[in-house]
Amino acid sequence: MAEGAPASKKPAIIRVKLEWCKGCEICVTFCPKNVLEMEGGKVKVARVEDCTKCMLCELRCPDFAITVE
Amino acid sequence: MFDYLPYIREWNFPHIWCSGCGDGIVLKALIRATDGLGIHRDEAVMVSGIGCSSRTPGYVDVNTLHTTHGRALAFATGVKHASPNLNVIVVTGDGDATAIGGNHYIHAARRNIDITVLLYNNYIYGMTGGQVSPTTRKGDRASTAPFGSIEPPFNISGLAKAAGASFVARGDVYNVKKLEKLIKLAIQKKGFSLLEILSPCPTAWGRRNKMGHPVQLMEWLRDSTVSMEKWEKMTDEEREGKIRTGVLHDVARPEFTDEYAKLVKRLKAEK
Amino acid sequence: MPVKISDKIRMMTGNEACAEGAIAAGCLFFGGYPITPSSEIAEYLSRRFPIIGGKFIQMEDEIGAMGSVIGAALTGMKAMTATSGPGFSLKQENIGYASMAEVPCVIIDVQRGGPSTGMPTLPAQMDVQQARWGTHGDRGVIALTASSAQETFEQTIHAFNLAERYMTPVVLLIDEITGHTTEKVTLPDYDSIERVDRKRPTEPPETYLPYKYTDDCIPTLAPFGTGYRYNVTGLCHNETGFPTNDPKEIERLILRLTEKIVKNRHEIINCKRTMLDDAEIAIFAYGSVARSARQAVLQLREEGIKAGLLEPTVLWPFPSEIVLKIAEQVDSFLVAEMNLGQMAREVELASKCKASIHRLNRVDGSPISPPQIVGKIKEVV
Repeated sequence: MAEGAPASKKPAIIRVKLEWCKGCEICVTFCPKNVLEMEGGKVKVARVEDCTKCMLCELRCPDFAITVE
Repeated sequence: MFDYLPYIREWNFPHIWCSGCGDGIVLKALIRATDGLGIHRDEAVMVSGIGCSSRTPGYVDVNTLHTTHGRALAFATGVKHASPNLNVIVVTGDGDATAIGGNHYIHAARRNIDITVLLYNNYIYGMTGGQVSPTTRKGDRASTAPFGSIEPPFNISGLAKAAGASFVARGDVYNVKKLEKLIKLAIQKKGFSLLEILSPCPTAWGRRNKMGHPVQLMEWLRDSTVSMEKWEKMTDEEREGKIRTGVLHDVARPEFTDEYAKLVKRLKAEK
Repeated sequence: MPVKISDKIRMMTGNEACAEGAIAAGCLFFGGYPITPSSEIAEYLSRRFPIIGGKFIQMEDEIGAMGSVIGAALTGMKAMTATSGPGFSLKQENIGYASMAEVPCVIIDVQRGGPSTGMPTLPAQMDVQQARWGTHGDRGVIALTASSAQETFEQTIHAFNLAERYMTPVVLLIDEITGHTTEKVTLPDYDSIERVDRKRPTEPPETYLPYKYTDDCIPTLAPFGTGYRYNVTGLCHNETGFPTNDPKEIERLILRLTEKIVKNRHEIINCKRTMLDDAEIAIFAYGSVARSARQAVLQLREEGIKAGLLEPTVLWPFPSEIVLKIAEQVDSFLVAEMNLGQMAREVELASKCKASIHRLNRVDGSPISPPQIVGKIKEVV
């Protein structure tokens, strides 16, 4: 799979629906650019500027809780 | 960003699956696949049995039928035979499809009825608390195999192929884009399509087998799944502990509802 | 005199009449599994359905057959299966599902002797209580019976109409004698048959509630594929069809499943009455035994014994009020049946000690004959 595929230059907008996030850490662990962190048992967007919009966090989130625009 | 909202029953969320359960990942891949294929929601029927995976239909805004344990394929056969125009997708699990529903599984494959089966293999009975299932690996611990399972597991893809399914594939919840592609192929195939989806249970299987964190299960999938192309080039030693993913079997075989239509036509001509 | 056989008169077995009744009722789906003594129903429909636009399938087992019937019924088709004791046992879980999800369908049980494999080729009436209590959970039940090929034809049509009207599985219990006896059946013009079709939603999909609470307690399930996307489940559910754990919603559902039958029992219950007006002893008999009982009543009357016959054609809901009324009039009841008293206990309950209850039971695979009934009545009078 083409992980970390290059995307458009426009900065990413990462949204987290905290009430749906169950804190599994899958998005955090497998983000190729280390954009995400855990905070209080849920995901937190820590370095949005590093995001390449590879979409893997969104694709792998089991809880429909994170989106990348 | 993919907009899932038009396809889900948002009021039922957050869903019931545990933290890190792959079933939600499959659900999303399924939605993207059906969206990509342009399947009309009114003409889609999603049928399930009992278990974690079988809760999937409750979250999808199509005609949904949550049946009795093991019987999804029997109900789905009735739906498809009665209304061949409907797009019938069965969502089931390893226990549901290959233990209590094993007979329907092999016979639906034998008939090669045009039903797409997404069989989530989580290696355990998750909903009931982690009892040993037909796909629990030998040696794995389960609540009813506290000292490790002494039974060999089913090769559920091989079973479908042997029984007559025209399409058999295996995907997993780590390789999500590939999973979406396989779901598309399975739906597009006319005939009985079986897609085994590795979605190991973190709560009831992982925790008992030294992979308690969902991330560990994802890493396990990442490290043990290999593509068909790679598999072909591997030696038997290299294949040890590895799992093939991709299209395992794809042939053209007469499909049940087509055969019935042919029979009707033949009888009309004879009249 | 030679019998003139017109187009509308056929010699048929009860099983064939049942299959023909299904066609007359508008049934277009049969999912079955072979079992003696019911298999001729499947065989008949396997020949007819491909020609008349119906769908036939022989499933891999009894459970699958019942499942396929429910699936087909949800697409709007009238659907049926046929079986006998062991298969009826296997189907019970999915029959309960059809009750819970309120899916109309018809189950024919051509009864043979049990328990277990029992007597495959011999008659019995041992599934009467199974029809009522065979599946787990509380629910209203409709079960019919028939005593001849003609009645089997008519009751099969009636079973479909009740299923569609009350959105519930309906069981038709006949027995091996009725199923395998060839006799004259008069088939009416099928266009003249009254057929009931389930309610269709009148509201748009946006406001549609499949299990909406209405005065008649009967839900409106749109056929799959018609634009009303909803959820069907065997879990306790609310008006939307989605599972619920709300105690109030659960109670409302379970009560409604019973109430929709109980409230409408006067529309459903039906009994045939023979010489009951001045009777001092009433025979309670159903199915093929009722035929012997009719003969017995005539003979007893000839001998000056005031016997009459109450013959329910609907076994569930049980005709308790009718039985009580007769119990207040007669001295005693004789309940004759090919089991060890499965209906006698219901008659006892319903008659509230207003009459003495006697039993005539036969479980050796032989029918109950008129002389047996006559003899038993002389013994108890």
